[in-house]
Amino acid sequence: MAVIHDVMPAFELFQPGSISDAVALLNRYGASAWVMAGGLDSFDWLKDRIKRPSVVVDLSQVQGLRGIKAANGGLEIGAGTTLTELARDPQVRDNFGLLAEAAELVASPQIRNQGTIGGNVSQDTRCWYYRAGWSCYRAGGNICYADSPTAINREHAILDADRCVAVNPSDTAPALVALDAQMVIQSASGERIVNAEDYFIGPGVDITRMTVLAPGELLKAIRIPPTWAGAQFYFEKVRDRNVWDFPLLNVAAAAKYSGENIAGIRVVINAAAARPLRLHAVEAAVIGKPRNEETATLAGQLAIQGAQALRYNGYKIPLMRNLVKRAIRGGSGTWTS
Amino acid sequence: MDFVKWGLNPWGQNVLTHVSWTMFWASLFAGVMFFVAHAGYMLLSAHRGRPAGETDRLEASHSSLPTRIERHSLMARLFHWVMAAAMFVLLFTAFLPVAGVKFAWVTWHWAAGLVLTASIIFHILHASFWLDFWSIWVGPKDIPELKAEILRELGQQVPGPKSGKYPLGNRLYHSAIVLAGLAAVVTGVLMMSRVRTPLFTRNPYMFGDVTWGVTYVTHGFAGVGLVGLVIAHVYFAVRPEKWWITKSMILGWITRRQYLEHHEPDRWSVPANPPTSRT
Repeated sequence: MAVIHDVMPAFELFQPGSISDAVALLNRYGASAWVMAGGLDSFDWLKDRIKRPSVVVDLSQVQGLRGIKAANGGLEIGAGTTLTELARDPQVRDNFGLLAEAAELVASPQIRNQGTIGGNVSQDTRCWYYRAGWSCYRAGGNICYADSPTAINREHAILDADRCVAVNPSDTAPALVALDAQMVIQSASGERIVNAEDYFIGPGVDITRMTVLAPGELLKAIRIPPTWAGAQFYFEKVRDRNVWDFPLLNVAAAAKYSGENIAGIRVVINAAAARPLRLHAVEAAVIGKPRNEETATLAGQLAIQGAQALRYNGYKIPLMRNLVKRAIRGGSGTWTS
Repeated sequence: MDFVKWGLNPWGQNVLTHVSWTMFWASLFAGVMFFVAHAGYMLLSAHRGRPAGETDRLEASHSSLPTRIERHSLMARLFHWVMAAAMFVLLFTAFLPVAGVKFAWVTWHWAAGLVLTASIIFHILHASFWLDFWSIWVGPKDIPELKAEILRELGQQVPGPKSGKYPLGNRLYHSAIVLAGLAAVVTGVLMMSRVRTPLFTRNPYMFGDVTWGVTYVTHGFAGVGLVGLVIAHVYFAVRPEKWWITKSMILGWITRRQYLEHHEPDRWSVPANPPTSRT
């Protein structure tokens, strides 16, 4: 299939100035509307002619989607806030350094200047079989080309696969799940709040979507409660090129201590499945235990239970074990607070 | 309206991928419309049972028959309800996500599919060797009954044959459900080779894209067909004048009077009570 990278198919472009106008447009055009925030992923889809929306709603002019403000002891981050703004914001850095660190590790400075937190958490998977435009499960077809005997699947899922083995490539998503964030979703029928942990969905639930966002809905803001403000955080991202790449795996953890022992913790791994996976078994196992090698080893072993390698991604299993181990013990990444 | 969905394979070929989900809504609509239309018609329909006087005479002449006549053995009833449960799980897991209720449905779906497959295999063996195999099928021999039933529907008193063990509508329904059910089961078992199960190693390339496309589309058409068929079946099961049949699928028996009122003793022979010995 010839891929034409220089000309996009025609579409009707809307640039609403307010959230209500944007939502009205999304409600009007439903599934035929494409929501564009920073545009970093959108233009690839459109230029490759894999996605052919008849309407594009560009959110760049919606000022109500931008900015970070204190709210209920925590923060409310507009979905249109750029990753650079997020990484540099003093409120974020002082209280929720985990999110600042994750945002700072996304792609390159230029991309972070343009890319938004809403776009980063809602981005589609990077599976190239899917992005090539073939009718795989995720594209509405009946096969996963990445989960076949001859597939090139080095970056694909080791956990939670259900027909499709694509993974979620976001760096900020696991940090938000670890911080127990809430996603504020606006539609014509009103506002709904979804826990970050439930915002992301796997292929078993809906094989064609990565999030619960339905046509007509807009991710308006992200609220971070004060629960984990000032806790100790750990974020580590492993990628092929350290200057600019999607994660092979990343891990985000937020922990509180009582003396030497772990009093409370949330550990989340991403790029291991189609959604960020909160490691409940690990959390339950390490609470009340000291932060030491023994606890970390236990956590690492628990983390990889049920992991299933494809042809080329077997390395992800020991990598995940070691990332979780380091997230508990501390390692090449650093615990920050 | 699309009937099927097409996709692009890596060789740039257009291949069938699925039945269009508009077919699900069409089948749902057809099923609901059928029971609305039939329920409306039945308000005006003539009574189809044997006249009371004739039934009285038959009961007098068949007094040697047991008062309770077995219609469905325990095994047959168990099969029916296991199959019904599996069918409901299959339909709900297949179509609730289409209707917008999202949940992890695949494992439930194939597990219920295996239960259905096992129950169908059991039923085929049971019906072949322990039941009257031909009593459920339709053929040219049923044409007189069909004519009589049509005339009765038109309000005429017809002396023609009543049904054997199974009413004609029941047998026609069975034929349709066999066709749709077997198509769904055979294609579904093949499709299991594309998902991860603990039963066998995945083999997504067992067939080529075209064969897989036909398999998925056949499964889809069988599935949406079953939606309409199951709606019709449940509708008839709860209709007041059919309740005696439904009850027999629970209890296993019908009364002697129901037997004589709705069936042709010559076509469904029931052994009489053994004569009591005289001292």
